[in-house]
Amino acid sequence: MLPLQIAWRFLTSSKGQTLMIVLGISIGVSVQVFIGSLIQGLQISLVDATIGNSSQVTITREDDTEYIDDYQSITSEFLNQYEDIDVVSYAIDQPGTLIDDGETNPVLLRGFDQERSNAIYQFDEKLIEGRLPSTDNEVIVGDVLFEDMNLAIGSSYEMNVVNIGSVMVEIVGVYDFGVTAIDESWMISNLGTVQSLIGVGDVVSRIEMQVSEPFDADIIMRGLQTDLGNDFEVTNWKDQNADLLSGLNGQSVSSIMIQVFVTLSVVLGIASVLAITVLQKSKQLGILKAMGIKDKEASLIFLSEGFFLGVFGAIGGVSLGLGLSYMFTKFAVNPDGTPVIDLYIDPQFIMLSAGIAILAASLASLIPARRSSKISVIEVIKNG
Amino acid sequence: MASNVIELKHVKKIYGTTIKTEALKDINLAFEETSFTSIIGQSGSGKSTLLNIIGTLDRPTEGQIFINGKETSKMNKNELSTLRNEAIGFIFQFHYLLPEFTAIENVLMPIRISKQKVTDEIIKRANELMDLVGLSKVKDNLANNMSGGQQQRTAIARALMNQPKIILADEPTGNLDSDTTKQIYQLLRKINRELQTTFIIITHDRKVAEEADRIIEIKDGEVNVDVTNQQYRQKD
Repeated sequence: MLPLQIAWRFLTSSKGQTLMIVLGISIGVSVQVFIGSLIQGLQISLVDATIGNSSQVTITREDDTEYIDDYQSITSEFLNQYEDIDVVSYAIDQPGTLIDDGETNPVLLRGFDQERSNAIYQFDEKLIEGRLPSTDNEVIVGDVLFEDMNLAIGSSYEMNVVNIGSVMVEIVGVYDFGVTAIDESWMISNLGTVQSLIGVGDVVSRIEMQVSEPFDADIIMRGLQTDLGNDFEVTNWKDQNADLLSGLNGQSVSSIMIQVFVTLSVVLGIASVLAITVLQKSKQLGILKAMGIKDKEASLIFLSEGFFLGVFGAIGGVSLGLGLSYMFTKFAVNPDGTPVIDLYIDPQFIMLSAGIAILAASLASLIPARRSSKISVIEVIKNG
Repeated sequence: MASNVIELKHVKKIYGTTIKTEALKDINLAFEETSFTSIIGQSGSGKSTLLNIIGTLDRPTEGQIFINGKETSKMNKNELSTLRNEAIGFIFQFHYLLPEFTAIENVLMPIRISKQKVTDEIIKRANELMDLVGLSKVKDNLANNMSGGQQQRTAIARALMNQPKIILADEPTGNLDSDTTKQIYQLLRKINRELQTTFIIITHDRKVAEEADRIIEIKDGEVNVDVTNQQYRQKD
């Protein structure tokens, strides 16, 4: 491959110039890698914090006061048909008041199918004291409620529901979801506790799901709504978190904009430097053409230069970008030593950035490559 | 009688579209195989234009050029490139070596452009050519690390590498001192004798021109004088 070898010699014969271009591309790529990893990390942790431990698609009855009695058959008939649904869990909720020594506090008694719901809420990980409920009338409460009301593990308290009656619940553990709204109000129990309090049979008020592609939750929702008909209402996290989504979108768009402009400036930089190189090397091109090199091969010299610059720029850029990311996680830290933002190093994204750099550099060299094919031997000879 | 390796029939070259300059006016010339011809003329006479047209680096406005019996005006750019690579060796005034490559790599360049494999045999030939031009000792030097005379001799070796039938030289000693000039011409004559290569050399130096077997003088785009060496000397 003569054009490749000539390209390589051209690049290595002016090392300073080559190094500057490679550095230019590297900085561009490193900005891409760093910004990309930062934004992705930020989004993943945001999404995870928002929906990681909650229901992403939820089925309730259209009429809030009704319960779902055929939840088992809904699962086997419909939900199991969706491969994207990872977890299905059942819950029955009843708001009420927790009473202790005359002190009252509004709570939401949530009866869960313990085994299934643990896959969504990870109660076992959130538990900071005591144990999970194992039999009827055992509950766990959030740390906020626990402290506010000075509750004690192992003690029983009265929970009262207007117009229905009251039930004695025993607190067996304390959890911490890190979300005050939950930690001060949810009392978590099993299905049977809530069902018997309300005086209903084997029914639930919600079917909760987590899906493998959270951003496709709305598609699954629409499918389920069609399957189940108008008696049921299917909701998804995206509708309930529109603000977050538009924030994430804005972030993605600005991240893409940064990356596009960085790529553009890299392309323009390479194109202009290589265009100058064509002029610098016009004598060499002239003599090569006199010796019979074809225009296509002459162009290939500059395309190869672009490719080489792209490859080295990409290698340099990825290393620099990863280095920068590493330093960021080491130096931009919270008081407890954890990074302010957990970067998300996505090998696919990094490969893509490197690929774009190589492609951009090769494309940028198309202009000088075209120019090189227009160089006339006569002009070169005449001008000495 | 030797056959013609190059033939020009009614070749005209006009530059410009609005203001037309006729650089060559109806040139008819033929060059025999193994001949050694010099072309002289004042600057602007059209001699370089003529050489560039013979070498297919430039196209004539009118007329035909035959190289090895093939008409070149109908060939496309790629065919001309191949023809130049295989049949013609160029030596220019400003050596035009590739400074990024060593002397021997420059000499091998025409082979590599022709996409032939650089075999041991070819390397041997390149070394022989370096011997012929007296550069065996500096063959691994980068082009820029050689003297002007060495660079020109490298260019000569390179022109010979593909064993072309024709060598076209435009003022090959134009910027060399007189001793080196003499050595280079002796070398060219030696190659002409030993390798049976046809030479057409442009020069403005009458002394140099007199070394050739045939001397053509171009004046105002026309052949003014076309004589053998003997006739030329007698005329003087």
